[in-house]
Amino acid sequence: MQPQPEKLIFEYSRSGRGATDQWPPTAATPPAIPESLRRARPPLLPEVSELDAVRHFTRLSQLNFSIDTHFYPLGSCTMKYNPKACNAFAMLPQFLARHPLAPESHGQGVLACLHELQEMLKAVTGMQAVALGPMAGAQGEFAGVAMIRAYHRARGDQARTEIIVPEAAHGTNPATATMCGCSVREIPVDADGDVSLEALRSAVSERTAGIMLTNPSTLGVFERRIVEVAAIVHGAGGLLYYDGANLNAILGKVRPGDMGFDVIHVNLHKTFSTPHGGGGPGSGAVGVSARLEPFLPVPIVVRDADRYRWLSEADRPQSIGRLSAFAGNTGVLLRAYVYMRLLGREGMRQVGECATLNANYLLARLTEAGFDAAYPKRRASHELIVTLKRQARELDVTAMDFAKRLLDYGVHAPTTYFPLLVPECLLIEPTETESRETLDRFVEIMVRIQREAEQDAERVRGAPHTMVVRRLDDVRAAKQLDLTWKPTV
Amino acid sequence: MAFIPHTAADIEEMLAAIGVASIEQLFEEIPPALRTRNLPAVPSALNEMQIGRLMMQRALADGQPLSFLGAGAYEHHIPAAVWAITTRGEFYSAYTPYQAEASQGTLQTIYEFQTMIASLTGMQAANASLYDGASAFAEAVLMAVRLNRKSESLRVLVPRTVHPHYRLAARSITANQEIRLEELDYARESGRTSREALERYAGEDIAALAIQQPNFFGVLEDVDALSTWAQSRSIPIIAIVNPVSLALLKPPGEWGGGADIVVGEGQPLGVPLSSGGPYFGFLATRMQHVRQMPGRVVGRTLDLAGRPGFTLTLQAREQHIRRGRATSNICTNQGLLVTAATIYMSLMGPQGLERVASASHERARELIAAITQVPGVRAAFTSPFFHEAVVRLDRPVAPLLAALAERDILGGLDLTGSYPELGNALLTCATETKTSADIERFASELRAVLSSAT
Repeated sequence: MQPQPEKLIFEYSRSGRGATDQWPPTAATPPAIPESLRRARPPLLPEVSELDAVRHFTRLSQLNFSIDTHFYPLGSCTMKYNPKACNAFAMLPQFLARHPLAPESHGQGVLACLHELQEMLKAVTGMQAVALGPMAGAQGEFAGVAMIRAYHRARGDQARTEIIVPEAAHGTNPATATMCGCSVREIPVDADGDVSLEALRSAVSERTAGIMLTNPSTLGVFERRIVEVAAIVHGAGGLLYYDGANLNAILGKVRPGDMGFDVIHVNLHKTFSTPHGGGGPGSGAVGVSARLEPFLPVPIVVRDADRYRWLSEADRPQSIGRLSAFAGNTGVLLRAYVYMRLLGREGMRQVGECATLNANYLLARLTEAGFDAAYPKRRASHELIVTLKRQARELDVTAMDFAKRLLDYGVHAPTTYFPLLVPECLLIEPTETESRETLDRFVEIMVRIQREAEQDAERVRGAPHTMVVRRLDDVRAAKQLDLTWKPTV
Repeated sequence: MAFIPHTAADIEEMLAAIGVASIEQLFEEIPPALRTRNLPAVPSALNEMQIGRLMMQRALADGQPLSFLGAGAYEHHIPAAVWAITTRGEFYSAYTPYQAEASQGTLQTIYEFQTMIASLTGMQAANASLYDGASAFAEAVLMAVRLNRKSESLRVLVPRTVHPHYRLAARSITANQEIRLEELDYARESGRTSREALERYAGEDIAALAIQQPNFFGVLEDVDALSTWAQSRSIPIIAIVNPVSLALLKPPGEWGGGADIVVGEGQPLGVPLSSGGPYFGFLATRMQHVRQMPGRVVGRTLDLAGRPGFTLTLQAREQHIRRGRATSNICTNQGLLVTAATIYMSLMGPQGLERVASASHERARELIAAITQVPGVRAAFTSPFFHEAVVRLDRPVAPLLAALAERDILGGLDLTGSYPELGNALLTCATETKTSADIERFASELRAVLSSAT
């Protein structure tokens, strides 16, 4: 049955309505606030009963695809199952009620969890010190590049303002470099998906602050010559930054610290299964080698004997500073903590292994079914890239069309058109929490869509047909901006 | 284990389909020297029962003291419906709405949120959130500098009455782009930004002026005078506001000729305190500035059948399109918290939010009246305040707070570190969650502690 669209909440409003049981009683005294500072007209907020609000948002939720309801193989996003236990324990009432500025005497419980999380992240990444403050991968990247700059400045080297990124890098990498006042130097990857060592040797200089890499790369393959890459960059006086977006592929199998990285960020909302929440909150915890430790963003948890406490700006004079008002996304950190305790050391390794197994299984079955892998001679990491450029050329059916048709079959599309290097690509990441049947069904569906593309291309080009909306006019959205509802009267 | 469904038989069959003998073969491209053998420093797995027990112990260890802390994070009642719906799997485990047709729930929620925030702040457009109020302020500084093409100075005036952590975070985030944040002092008696301090910049090239309302002390600034000063010099205004207070207070869109960029901390709108996060920052602006806004924004459009639908729009500003020339590097934001806030605002409506604001203001007045009855405690400033205020004590604050904490009361924030010129000063807050009995208890414990010490 076709899902029904849901009105806007404002369209349910009736003057005077509200969840009145939730309203405090009217104040006994008028506010002691000068008239000139008072609000004259009430804000445009809904006036609906509690039941109307509950129905509205429940129905809205039912218009979403989610991990809880659909296979969601979004490459580089690591859409693995979000264990309910993580949410339940992070939301224990005492954890929820604690004010960020509450004293350490009333925080030993949460601080113990955060400290142990720091320690476990150090262990799985092979880094010397960890800070949990950055609130997303991009903020982790910012911290990382800022630390690299601070490190060079502290050495008296003002010239190092260039950040090298592979051309296939995620957009946040060059955007971060710019935010840190650096310039970006892109280098190509070769036909097999590895960074070109030749290009790298020409790119490094006395202006190199560092290089930002993901490993396995955004092309879904392991950077096989990472040790040489590290040697070249270090040899030129630069540092290596690891973008942890693809850590799920190597969790428990390889550690970024062992590969030679000086600073990393981990996406807790990917590898450590904290919820994606419709676009966050995430967490971009950062780890560093010993020489960068003084520059870590504050606050950081430390342990003295059996007491936990916060380190702040006063304790870390060389820190790049704080990036948030308080300690970052603490509730997210607690969820990651629970997840890591549920995995344990054995579970970490199994994650890396089965994420990789599932991706390689899909790679084998999809290529067997006639699809073109972008890097057919390589092992998949935890994700694989299929290119539909042949279908685009021969059938005029694109990756976008396949993606939209997948929705009709109850599967969220993989990542499309990223990495930019591979034309008409689908970046597919099954994750380790999917069963073999789900993977087989995905292959079946892809085969079916291929057949439709050959026999009834319009059906695919016009997809999706069974969602609450058909394909949306993006051009109109940007040209005729409608960003807020306005009452008609 | 690890939520992996595979049995040994599954794995065997899958390996056969791939054409390898073992999982290890799938890692053959990785240099053997790099492979981790095991992770001794990571503890062995716990099951859900075991970790549940540990978390319960730890939560209980933190207790649930009676708190009068504010300073940028506020305790308000959160209706049970808010998180019951927000933690539904369809919201909780959904991704960023890149495939719009499969994400209309999230997208419509954000559109409704943008509408509510724009109206609350008196502005014309809002984004889909930033990480928190402090980083939102930093982004607003960067945005103001981008917008103000006339200014060459990169100097932004930031009153000392702006939250100290917001000033620190903004410095960390903007330092590498050579922006200079210059502090404006406040008048000691009123607790408001000093007009004199501002006048010293009268002829100078200033890129932007920030104004926090209520300010960090809880004091209400003379926003019209400050705004007019800036606007008459074509200096863009960055307003930093408390969203609940906006149910009572004139929104920044109506300060003087109107602020240019409005940011703030959204936590008071249905988000639990949770030791500091996750919260969300909001950012609202004038329609003509939307292309310089950082972060995601949702727009309403039509589908192929001419029906309305929602999609992410103006993506050319963002990192995945503009890369090195993006307005910000932000990608993941705070979607789940935006969902909670939208539900909260829908439940409360304009009247409910006004009740929360008024009740909080009233409780805070009651609180200050009660504790300034205690010998040795007096109000620091003469100005009207919203729901928190500064009191001065006749002795150091830290030991006093420690003694109160032992009695399971968190009395407020010691300002000695960030505002030493105030002497022994305490920032204390009350919201609608505090009863008269709570306030009486605080006052009497305070009296007991102050009279027992030397």
